[in-house]
Amino acid sequence: MTISVEEVFETVNMTLRHNFDIRTVTLGINLKDCMDRNLGAFCRRIRKRIVEKGQQLNRMADQVEDQYGIPITNRRIAVTPVSLLMEPLPQRESTAVRIARELDAAAGKAKIDFIGGFGAMVQKGITRSDRTLMEAIPAALSATNRLCGFLNLASTAAGLNMTAIAEFGGLLKLLARRTKNGIGCAKIAVFANVPEDNPFMAGAHHGIGEPDFSLNVGISGPGVVRSVIDQNPECDLTELSEIIKRTVFKITRAGELIGREMARLMRVDFGIVDISLAATPNAGDSVADIVESMGVSRMGRPGSTAALALLIDAVKKGGSMASGNVGGLSGTFIPVSEDAGMIRAVRSGSLNVEKLEALTSVCSVGMDMFAVPGDTPADVLSAIIADELAIGVANHKTTSVRVIPVPGKKAGQIVHFGGLLGSAPIMKMARHAAPKFIARKGRIPSPIQALRN
Amino acid sequence: MARSDKGKPATPDSPLCILTVIGKDCVGIIAKVSSVMAKANINIIDVSQKIMDQYFVMTMGCDISKTTASMKEIQAKLDRLATALGLQITFQNERIFKMMHRI
Repeated sequence: MTISVEEVFETVNMTLRHNFDIRTVTLGINLKDCMDRNLGAFCRRIRKRIVEKGQQLNRMADQVEDQYGIPITNRRIAVTPVSLLMEPLPQRESTAVRIARELDAAAGKAKIDFIGGFGAMVQKGITRSDRTLMEAIPAALSATNRLCGFLNLASTAAGLNMTAIAEFGGLLKLLARRTKNGIGCAKIAVFANVPEDNPFMAGAHHGIGEPDFSLNVGISGPGVVRSVIDQNPECDLTELSEIIKRTVFKITRAGELIGREMARLMRVDFGIVDISLAATPNAGDSVADIVESMGVSRMGRPGSTAALALLIDAVKKGGSMASGNVGGLSGTFIPVSEDAGMIRAVRSGSLNVEKLEALTSVCSVGMDMFAVPGDTPADVLSAIIADELAIGVANHKTTSVRVIPVPGKKAGQIVHFGGLLGSAPIMKMARHAAPKFIARKGRIPSPIQALRN
Repeated sequence: MARSDKGKPATPDSPLCILTVIGKDCVGIIAKVSSVMAKANINIIDVSQKIMDQYFVMTMGCDISKTTASMKEIQAKLDRLATALGLQITFQNERIFKMMHRI
C-alpha cells in the first residue's frame, strides 16, 4: 500500500474527531431559459427543474459520501437572481411572493435544506423588477422556510448604491417584525462585490456569467486547523503559518475530489472549491477558538485581527496549492450566533460591533449573524451596512452584512434561533448614527482604486 | 462513464478501498473483519497496524473489484461489527487518501 498507517490515521481522525466535513455541495442552476410573460408557465418550468436536479443532487451526494467516508453535511441549490427572472412578469409584490413560494416548495420536495438566489444586483441602479423584488423581501422571506435572499448593494466598480442601502434598513425591520425573533433576517445577506459562485448561504446565487449548471463545494475544517495548532503550542508564527498551510492543503484536496466526483456523476460542470473556514455551533468547530489557540486570550481583544489575518492567509496559500479552482468567498466566516467562541467573546465583553467591523477589513467576509436590539432605528442599520460595504469597495474584496434586529430584545439578552443558526447575544448598538447622511441617498462613486485599466 | 443514477456499484474508478480500525486492541479483530470481507467477496491485499496516540490503529487495503455488495451494505456490516467490538471502523475509497497525502 502506498499510503502509510499514519496518513490514513490522520485523515480518518479529521472526520471522526475534528468535525471535518464537506459543509455544502451547492448546485448552481441557470433558470434564464424558463423566463416567460406567463407566471404560471414560468413557475411550472422552474419547479420541474429544481425538483429534478435537487433530487439528483441528494442521491449523488449520498453515493459520494458512502464512497469516500467524508460527510456531505448540506446539499443546496442556487439559482439565477430572481429579479432578473421577474423582468417580463407583472411587477407586483404578489408575483415575487408566488415565485418565492414556488422555489421554497420545490426545494422542500427535493429535500434541499436551503435554496438561494432570491435577490438582485443593484450596486449601481435599480430596475423596476429589482424594486418589486426588494419591496417583496419582507413578505417573501416570512412566507418561506428554505429560501434565502441576497442583494449586492455595492461594488468596487460601481460604488455604493446608497438609495438601496437606505431602503434596505427599513425592509430589514419589516422582515424582523414578520418572523419569530426576527429569524427571517438570517435568510438575507447584503453584499459589496458579491461572488457569483459562492456555495454558502444566505448569499448563494447562480451568477449570470455561469454555465447552465455548476457544482460548487464549500469545505469546512475549523476543528482540524485548531487541532494542529493545539499540537504545536510553542512554535513561532512563521512555522505556525506553515503548519496551517499544510493542513488546509489536505482538506482542500478532499473538497476538490468530492466536487469533481459529484460533478462527474451529475454530468455538470465543476465550479469552485470555497476554502472558507466555516464555523458551526458544534463544540470544537469554532474560528474564534482557533484564534484563541494561537495565543489570543479572548477573541476580540487586541491581537485578534493580526491572528485572523495570519490564519486566513495560510488558509488561502494552502488552499490555492491544493486546487486550481478556489473561488466563492474563500475568506473567514465569523458568524456570531453560529460560533460558540464568538458568542463567548460577545458575552464576556471582549468583542463588540466595532471590532467585528475591524476584523472584516482584513480577512473576514462580513459582519455575519449578529443580533441587535429590535428598536435599533432603520437608518442605524443602513449606516452599519454602508460602513461595512465601504470596506469591501475600498479594499477590492467581498464584504457582507447579515444583521438581525430582534423585536422586543435589549442588549445583553440572548436569542435562540436553533439548529445551524445557533443562538446570539444581543449586541450593544448606537441609537444615533448618520440619519442625514443616509437620507441623502444617491450613489457614493466608485473609488479611485476602480480605475485600473 | 455511462451508468444510471440508480445503480450504486462500489467501484467508480479505483477498485481499492482502505479499511481502518481504531480503538482498543483485543483478540480476534483481524479474524472478524476478514470474515466480513470474505463474505462480501473482497480480497485483502495488505494489512498494517500500529499504536498511535495510545490508539490501536489497523489499516487494510481491500480490492473490491469482485464484490457484489454496495459500499452502503459493506459499511452497514462493519458498523455492526464496530459496535459489537467497541471500535471505530471506516471503509473508504483509497482515492481520498491519495488526494490528501500525495501531490
